[in-house]
Amino acid sequence: MNLRRPRWIWLALALGGVAAVGLAQAAWDDYLLSIVNFVGIYAILAVSLNLTNGFAGLFSLGHPGFMAIGGYVTAILTLPASRKAMFLALPGWLAGIELPFLPALLAGGAAATLTAFLLGLSVLRLSGHYLAVATMGFLIIVQVLIENWESVTRGPLGLNGLAALTDLWWVYGWLLAAIYLSWKVKFSSFGRSMLAMREDSLAAQCLGVNLFRTRVAALAIGAFFAGVAGGLWAHLVTAITPGTFSLIMAFNIVVMVVVGGTGSITGAVVAAVLFSAATEIFRPLEESFEAYGIAEILMALVLLVILIYRPSGLFGSREPAFLTAGPTHKPGNHPATAKGGQ
Amino acid sequence: MTTGYIAQQIVNGLILGSMYALVAIGFSMIYGIVRLINFAHGDIVMIGAFVTLGLLQSLGAPLPVVAVGVLLSGAGMGIAVERAAFRPMRGAPQVTGFIASLAVSIMLQNLGILTLTAQPRNFAFPDYLQAVIHVGAVGFRVIDVVIMLSAVLLMGLLLLLVHRTRLGMAMRATAENLDVARLMGIPINRTIRSAFAVGSGLAAIAGLMWGGKFGQIDPLLGYVPGLKSFVAAVIGGVGSIPGAILGGYVLGLAEVLFVGLLPPIYSAFRDAFVFAALILILLALPNGILGKAAEDRA
Amino acid sequence: MLKVADVHVYRGRTHVLKGVSLEVGRGDIVALIGANGAGKTTLLRTLSGLLRPRRGAIRFQPRADGPEVDLTRLAAEDIVGLGISHCPEGRGVFARLSVRENLLIGAYRRRDRGGIEEDYQRVRAIFPILEERAGQAAGSLSGGEQEMLAIGRALMSRPALLILDEPSLGLGPMVVARLFGVLAEINRQGVTLLLVEQNAVAALNLARRGYVLETGRMVLSGPSRQLLEDPNVQRAYLGGTA
Repeated sequence: MNLRRPRWIWLALALGGVAAVGLAQAAWDDYLLSIVNFVGIYAILAVSLNLTNGFAGLFSLGHPGFMAIGGYVTAILTLPASRKAMFLALPGWLAGIELPFLPALLAGGAAATLTAFLLGLSVLRLSGHYLAVATMGFLIIVQVLIENWESVTRGPLGLNGLAALTDLWWVYGWLLAAIYLSWKVKFSSFGRSMLAMREDSLAAQCLGVNLFRTRVAALAIGAFFAGVAGGLWAHLVTAITPGTFSLIMAFNIVVMVVVGGTGSITGAVVAAVLFSAATEIFRPLEESFEAYGIAEILMALVLLVILIYRPSGLFGSREPAFLTAGPTHKPGNHPATAKGGQ
Repeated sequence: MTTGYIAQQIVNGLILGSMYALVAIGFSMIYGIVRLINFAHGDIVMIGAFVTLGLLQSLGAPLPVVAVGVLLSGAGMGIAVERAAFRPMRGAPQVTGFIASLAVSIMLQNLGILTLTAQPRNFAFPDYLQAVIHVGAVGFRVIDVVIMLSAVLLMGLLLLLVHRTRLGMAMRATAENLDVARLMGIPINRTIRSAFAVGSGLAAIAGLMWGGKFGQIDPLLGYVPGLKSFVAAVIGGVGSIPGAILGGYVLGLAEVLFVGLLPPIYSAFRDAFVFAALILILLALPNGILGKAAEDRA
Repeated sequence: MLKVADVHVYRGRTHVLKGVSLEVGRGDIVALIGANGAGKTTLLRTLSGLLRPRRGAIRFQPRADGPEVDLTRLAAEDIVGLGISHCPEGRGVFARLSVRENLLIGAYRRRDRGGIEEDYQRVRAIFPILEERAGQAAGSLSGGEQEMLAIGRALMSRPALLILDEPSLGLGPMVVARLFGVLAEINRQGVTLLLVEQNAVAALNLARRGYVLETGRMVLSGPSRQLLEDPNVQRAYLGGTA
């Protein structure tokens, strides 16, 4: 399925986007920039979880685990050798490496993907809420390992003094990559088999969809971007600590995907923007009123309301029509490009 | 590693197991009747602990009165959770119910933080309960004996309820086949509420015990017993009450022995070990030790 | 006794029952036959309150001298209380409960201990095999025994109207014959029967009146003798010439 708007519109949008990022990066103050960066990273997380949970119907609570792995690997690789020696006790070959941002991020993503393969091979035979709990178990195991493997991660103290390498270019570049890949997957035959699997796994199997491989792939791709997001996060905060990658974070990302609509890329992005912006706005309020936890309570309430009254989320499984329909095809004309593009 | 040391570990494991078993029973009862994981179950334990603290400190009430108060508050909370999160999810896919209960859990935890602050509070049970008894090389406090005996008593009462009363029969029938239970004239809303009430009451009492055993409570304390009760229930066969009891004790013993018998460097990995074990069990023995078939609701 | 008038039932977006009407007279035996997927089970579930019709009325008069009640507004558990007992498709016995508990649960809504005990003895007299197996888990019984348990359980609520959903399913002809003999006896003792069956011959032979349901519509009705001799029915449901 292709986007049917004329090519030049996308080009114009792309240039506009580049200009916007450039302006923002130059003109806005650090506080505003960091908020926008966080929003972008959450968007990457939501889009990547949407791939795993939304398209493939798996329910993974392990995403922060992949973030943590990606984040720590990236951080360890970008840290100058001198700081590495100060904090950690790494094996020789690792202790000397110091990589620029991109290779480090890629390595982080790759590490997360590898872990996802291993995890997937073990637990993806489960389904439903058992799978959810198994992924939660994975998250806890990762947390415990990070907190205790002090020679590699410095334990509960985490690593600080990381270079502030993350900026709007990186975040939005990766976000575009994640969206692009998700879009391509969703509207490819592979994506259709994922969706088929989500709707009715028995029927999908009868049609020849290799359930297991599809599920592992869904988990792995999602994990890659989660790992990258972890690396971006670490170099935005300039520190990385185990406490960040908690069940609460897993829950928050799930809320974004569910509220946006499991299976909708646009929904994931919109929900991520809404929620993370809201959290950032609430934070100073929480502090001034000493009312910690209000933002989480509200998020949980919104989730419950959506689950009860509109369980398919804001966008359902679809992408909005103006992105998928176009001048050459009327909605409903051709199944692949009909409204929703399912 | 003397026999005395091992015996001590076993006793500690049994005490911990008693608490896990109580929480796991409630968890399994709820799972059995609505086929959904109640993530907020652990937070009922937390509520029980705080209600205990409140009743002891502000009212200075005697322990039996506190226990009754805790039971009732737990039951009430369970009914509220059922109405808010589970009733609307009836018929929805498993995972939806799971996220809903996760949302409730997070709300409860954050409400706790909001109203009580995240500061841990100290528990002060009356002194006579803290006295230490020695039997041979094994030492334990009076409170530990009380915990174990009351747990066993409660479990016995529960089994009587489930197998010898009309309500218990209704619960078992509803758990097996909701539609046919309706055809029998069983008021399923009331029956499901009762299951939640009883299960949550037990969890709240476990909270009382938890506070007594560990001496410190905070609004996030429900997380650990919640997850561990789930593991215990799965070990024994989720949905089965005897399974939950068995699973609770197995988990308690395994945890204590893991920490007690392995070199200290591994004790921090205790929770990772528990969850790795959970994953293994889900994969290898999905029906748990007592192996009841995990039938889908008809 | 039971009047179903122009009932429309939807499952999701599918229009399953399209204006179905039927009547069951007091003391009667009525058979409802039709192919798989015709909507028979849906109709029974609607009668019992497990499903709600979008349109139409279902009126039930439990006692000849009493009022008529609109079932479409009642909860399933209350419909049982009025005197309708439903023996579901596939028996629906509680496999993990004992035979005895299954029977007792049939009487869940009743409070009259004496009456319940009386009915318990009566059921055991009708189905002696249940007496033998009283303490066993219901799941360990054979198909025929489970059907007997299901019927016995339905009788425990002392129903005025007994609804049976495919009681002969999966049972051998001799068992079916015996079962239907028991049903005739139950009817003689005063229980009205509404019988849904794919086994059209046995059902129409037992019943006095019949209805034929086809893809959600009632296409034929009349005395069962007439239906048995109807060439359309013969061709579609009775395997050619009767």
